[in-house]
Amino acid sequence: MTHQDAPTASNRPEGAALLSEQRRDAMGGEPPFVPEPTGDSRLVASIKDAVITAAIVAGITLFFLAVRSDIDAGGLVLTLRPGLWMTWVAIALVVRFFLSYFFYRSAAPISGWLKTVVMPTKRGVPIGKTVGIILLAMALTLPWLLSTFLPGQNRYLLDLAILILTYVMLGWGLNIVVGLAGLLDLGYVAFYAVGAYSFALLATNFGLGFWVCLPMAGLFAALWGIMLGFPVLRLRGDYLAIVTLAFGEIIRIVLLNWYDFTGGPNGILGIPKPTLFGIEFSRGEGGFADYFGLEYSTVHRFVFLYYIILALALLTNFVTLRLRKLPVGRAWEALREDEIACRSLGINTVNVKLTAFATGAMFGGFAGAFFATRQGFISPESFTFIESAIILAIVVLGGLGSQLGVVIASVVMIGGIELLRNLTVLQQVFGDNFDPTQYRMLIFGLAMVAIMVWKPRGLISSRTPTVIYKERKKIGADAVSQGEGH
Amino acid sequence: MKQHTIDAITDPVLTVEHLTMQFGGLVAVDDLSFNIGRGDITALIGPNGAGKTTVFNCITGFYKPTEGRIAMRRGRNVSDETIGALTETGRQFDRQGDAVYLLERMADFRITEQAGVARTFQNIRLFGGMTVLENLLVAQHNKLMKASNYSIGGLLGLPGYRRAADRAKEIAIEWLRHADLLDRADDPASDLSYGAQRRLEIVRAMCTEPSLLCLDEPAAGLNPRESNELNQLLRYIRDSHDVSILLIEHDMGVVMEISDHIIVLEYGKKIADGTAAEVRDDPAVIAAYLGVDDDEVDQVEEDLGLRKPDQPYDKSDLPGENT
Repeated sequence: MTHQDAPTASNRPEGAALLSEQRRDAMGGEPPFVPEPTGDSRLVASIKDAVITAAIVAGITLFFLAVRSDIDAGGLVLTLRPGLWMTWVAIALVVRFFLSYFFYRSAAPISGWLKTVVMPTKRGVPIGKTVGIILLAMALTLPWLLSTFLPGQNRYLLDLAILILTYVMLGWGLNIVVGLAGLLDLGYVAFYAVGAYSFALLATNFGLGFWVCLPMAGLFAALWGIMLGFPVLRLRGDYLAIVTLAFGEIIRIVLLNWYDFTGGPNGILGIPKPTLFGIEFSRGEGGFADYFGLEYSTVHRFVFLYYIILALALLTNFVTLRLRKLPVGRAWEALREDEIACRSLGINTVNVKLTAFATGAMFGGFAGAFFATRQGFISPESFTFIESAIILAIVVLGGLGSQLGVVIASVVMIGGIELLRNLTVLQQVFGDNFDPTQYRMLIFGLAMVAIMVWKPRGLISSRTPTVIYKERKKIGADAVSQGEGH
Repeated sequence: MKQHTIDAITDPVLTVEHLTMQFGGLVAVDDLSFNIGRGDITALIGPNGAGKTTVFNCITGFYKPTEGRIAMRRGRNVSDETIGALTETGRQFDRQGDAVYLLERMADFRITEQAGVARTFQNIRLFGGMTVLENLLVAQHNKLMKASNYSIGGLLGLPGYRRAADRAKEIAIEWLRHADLLDRADDPASDLSYGAQRRLEIVRAMCTEPSLLCLDEPAAGLNPRESNELNQLLRYIRDSHDVSILLIEHDMGVVMEISDHIIVLEYGKKIADGTAAEVRDDPAVIAAYLGVDDDEVDQVEEDLGLRKPDQPYDKSDLPGENT
């Protein structure tokens, strides 16, 4: 076959195919090299982005911001507000420019830098432990720190710290159910309510004190946790979430309507304050200040409450960390990873789920009892769905299963909401009519979206193994299953 | 190999009788009876959709069979009369005397916990976000739960629990050594290669201390080297731990190589039951696999030039034979 290499009509490439083939031949079989199209520089591209965004914003908001119609005696009156309109277009222009320049079109985006900061260090003391110890030291000395450095706002800040710690404790309690066992619970506030009402009713009807009622409130809540657990044992995912949500609402509505027992919407008044070995924090003879020869101050009670909730929260944390290393804790995490595999290994998943619900509910009950004694008054209004949502948001933002993440998320969320209350600085930007409290939920929502975009699995998403053979390695979020909590 | 098949008759570890499983109108398993000999590696083979995995799920309690009895004898030489008597009582098991368990009456997790039947899955089910070592500790859950006094003793850090936990870790490390996974002990299970995940799932099942290990396609997706490692592991398990093995497998190399006893299913019915050599030459089996009528089998066999029955299988090139 001498003319084998001669092209025939069927195998001869044409046009672009020929060109590409020749180029490939020239490069020894490598695919043809196409230089990357040289676009605009970073600055020009960012400006282009910004102008386009500004134009879109201008178009969309033209009828909402630039023109305002008011009903007047003679009909509609149009007022033009070009200033306001231009302000917002300018804001869009500037924000988009900065986003483009520093994030989207940057070779080394700031978001990447943020990511490297929170990466756990491989060697030496893990960063989580260091932060944890620093936070613990701060928490233990907080009343002293506040009275030394911020004596003016001492009481307010201490009260805020108590509130944050309550949510830390609730977050840690829910973390057992959602983070470890992977069971999405949207009705966690029910156990908070059970704890609060247990204490309030026991205290007002039988005259029992806080320290006697505290374990009972926890037990009652755990019992209700098991009662909720039974019907939802076979449910997964969205269905589980819906039923737990309904359970939370049922508890609240029963509390609202069972007037004879719970006082209905009037709530329960006169819940006793906790005492220190029988010493009350009251003015006058036999009170705390009198007994220890101190000058009476209302702050004493807040300091006492602060240390109670700190101790309760630390107990929750200690028990959770301990349980994680016990067979039951490992079974929770295994349940989150794969329920069928659990059953194939002889694990009674019914018991595992019920212990998770009961343990989580118990800590919710403790927190509820504390809430009741701190407020001195409870009503069903305190136990609405938004509470469940906030607690769940704390757990999800912090990172499912992460103890430190819950603390950070609580401080950011609860402290952040309070902080926004006081942002009078914004009034100088948006005028005196601007009320930051009205926008705090909006800002808060935006912050949550931002965190979820930046860290979709929560602030601290890596998992620490409960047992090691040679070396403790962090397990990345992509390996860890989210159970029913997704 | 011969004495193993005799075991299947004289002292079976598992007896399946008249097992029927219906899904609506579909009969997935139809009046199936077979024995699994103590200390045998028994293979359950058959074309796709023959009902192998359904049989597995019935034995391990993931399905409740429509009809039939599945008797697990952990004790040796349990007579059929004992099983008959237990069936009449309506109880699930008799742990005191002969250690007999009627699996069709028990919940799935109790079958593993009490009757000592452990299983693996066709699509590997590991706890991916937990380390290799943790996976093996989860498998020892029930033992550790008792040792920790149902978490109370463990919470208080009692020495009894600490000893049990250390012992459990030693057992896990020992198994990892045999599965050649010790240097990966602290890695998340999902980071392992496919073959390593298969081995890990098998040793995890072994950590439940079973008498019967059920493996659903353990060699699926393994390369020849990994298949050999798997064969060695299975032989080690059978010989050193007094565990009977039931496996579903499509890889005929693995099946013929390690099985003492093969059961062939087609359309939910048993079509052959015997040693590897017997099954390989069974016309019904060949017909099932090649898809021809029984009377055409000889012709087809000749056409394809299948090897002669007296020179069955060249085992010398597969390592693990000399163990």
